[in-house]
Amino acid sequence: MKHMLIMRATADAVAAYEEMDFETVINAMGAYNEAMMKAGVMVAGDGLAPEPGYVVDFSADPPLVTDGPYGEVHELFNGFWIIQTATADEAVEWAKRCPLGPGSKLEVRRVTDETDFADYADNEFVKKEAGWRDELAQP
Amino acid sequence: MTPADAARAVDAVWRIEGARIVAALARMTGDLGFAEDVAQEAVAEALASWPENGIPANTGAWLTAVAKRRVIDAWRRRERLDKRHRAIAHDLAEAVEDEWEPIDDDLLRLVFTACHPALSRESQVALTLRVVGGLTTVEIARMLLVPVATVQARITRAKKTLAAAHVPFETPDPSEWRQRLDGVLSVVYLVFTEGYSATAGERWTRPDLADEALRLGRVLAGLLPREPATHALVALMELQRSRFAARESRTGAPILLADQDRSRWDQGQIARGRAALRRADAEAAARGQGRGAYALQAAIAECHCVAPSVEQTDWERIVVLYEALGRIAPSPVVELNRAVAVSMATGPATALAIVDDLAAAGELRGSPLLPSVRGELLARLGRAAEARAEFEEAASRTASAPQRALLEAKAAALD
Repeated sequence: MKHMLIMRATADAVAAYEEMDFETVINAMGAYNEAMMKAGVMVAGDGLAPEPGYVVDFSADPPLVTDGPYGEVHELFNGFWIIQTATADEAVEWAKRCPLGPGSKLEVRRVTDETDFADYADNEFVKKEAGWRDELAQP
Repeated sequence: MTPADAARAVDAVWRIEGARIVAALARMTGDLGFAEDVAQEAVAEALASWPENGIPANTGAWLTAVAKRRVIDAWRRRERLDKRHRAIAHDLAEAVEDEWEPIDDDLLRLVFTACHPALSRESQVALTLRVVGGLTTVEIARMLLVPVATVQARITRAKKTLAAAHVPFETPDPSEWRQRLDGVLSVVYLVFTEGYSATAGERWTRPDLADEALRLGRVLAGLLPREPATHALVALMELQRSRFAARESRTGAPILLADQDRSRWDQGQIARGRAALRRADAEAAARGQGRGAYALQAAIAECHCVAPSVEQTDWERIVVLYEALGRIAPSPVVELNRAVAVSMATGPATALAIVDDLAAAGELRGSPLLPSVRGELLARLGRAAEARAEFEEAASRTASAPQRALLEAKAAALD
């Protein structure tokens, strides 16, 4: 199963992070990433640039596009990993090893797979697939 | 923390640290079976201690320290029993005082020892999943669809065999490196293929087993980054795994390549597979070598993965790749697959000649593969009566009910 580790930091944690020696930060994160690579669990991962991007708000029609997120959004989403493990506990155990400090949080969320859509039998794509059920043969 | 929480935490830690802990202990003691036993005692102690005392800050070091104490205890007992071991035990006890630093070399020794040729294939698979994969016997039993007691028996037998054969905890000598590495890779690929098209159980694919093999493959590629074959095996597994979501119907039945919804293929996984194949090619080129069997199979899988449809697949290239594969790893199954590719690239008549040669040589006798391919080719050539007979023959040879139904339907459609 795959999990996404979503890194969030409060503004204070971001400020504290910026005080740190960047090389030290890179080395710590590099060692963490390397450990997950060597263990064969790392599928993907990236950091998100610190400057605000854009927010597309679907409360309006057409959606309203603004710069952001800003200010009152204290919990900034600033990076992610996707890791593949045998259990959710193992994903949590990897998350605990991330070199982050106070104010930072890692959210561990399962990535959906094909088994998650069993309840959507009326969906046209699911129906399309159901049509194949009788097509039994060699791969 | 409840005992159940502790058990889950221990399993998670073990999965991450277990292989390195066992590897370090085996290096220290020179005995993989003993190392695994003391590591299990450390796990048992964690299960007893953690609910009361909480999870220690450095779980891996905690488990290793406990296991090392058990090793020294065992040595002391042994010393009393047999004075001749005293000097050896003394030296080893001193070595234990060294700072524990898990190193890749130990992990590599672990992999080669778990896949040692003295062991049966079943024992190699069980021991590798246990000590390298860090899976519990319950998890292994669930993945392999065998009783827990069977897995335990295979692991126990493996440890006894290693001890009886005095297998050293070492990587192989250069003279046997190639062969031993092939052995390790074939254990990993066997685990994968069982997940790719399961020979037992209700489902056609078993993603958890395939993913475990992929993880082991990635670990190997990390340990042996200069070996082309490790990257090639990862490439092959990534590319084959990318199609799982489209290969199986909701009822667990296989879906033909031609009928698969290619939008459901995992493009990220395909990209990783292609990158691994390029890495394998680069490492092979650096040694002045050509593609090995895994790289050729990965290249064939790549042709399928990048093609928008069966019609737009580069079948000429696939034919060339199968020819190369047939030269370095000749087998009737490869030859039959080449015939299928030839039928797509050139036409059924040329392909039929290849299949007829295989039949004349008495290959694949008893397997439904040959008559089912021959039936397809004859049908495309308009030789309906002969095609029907081949499909009926193939149907009589298969033990799989869905496959038999399909072959019988194909025969009936030719009436």
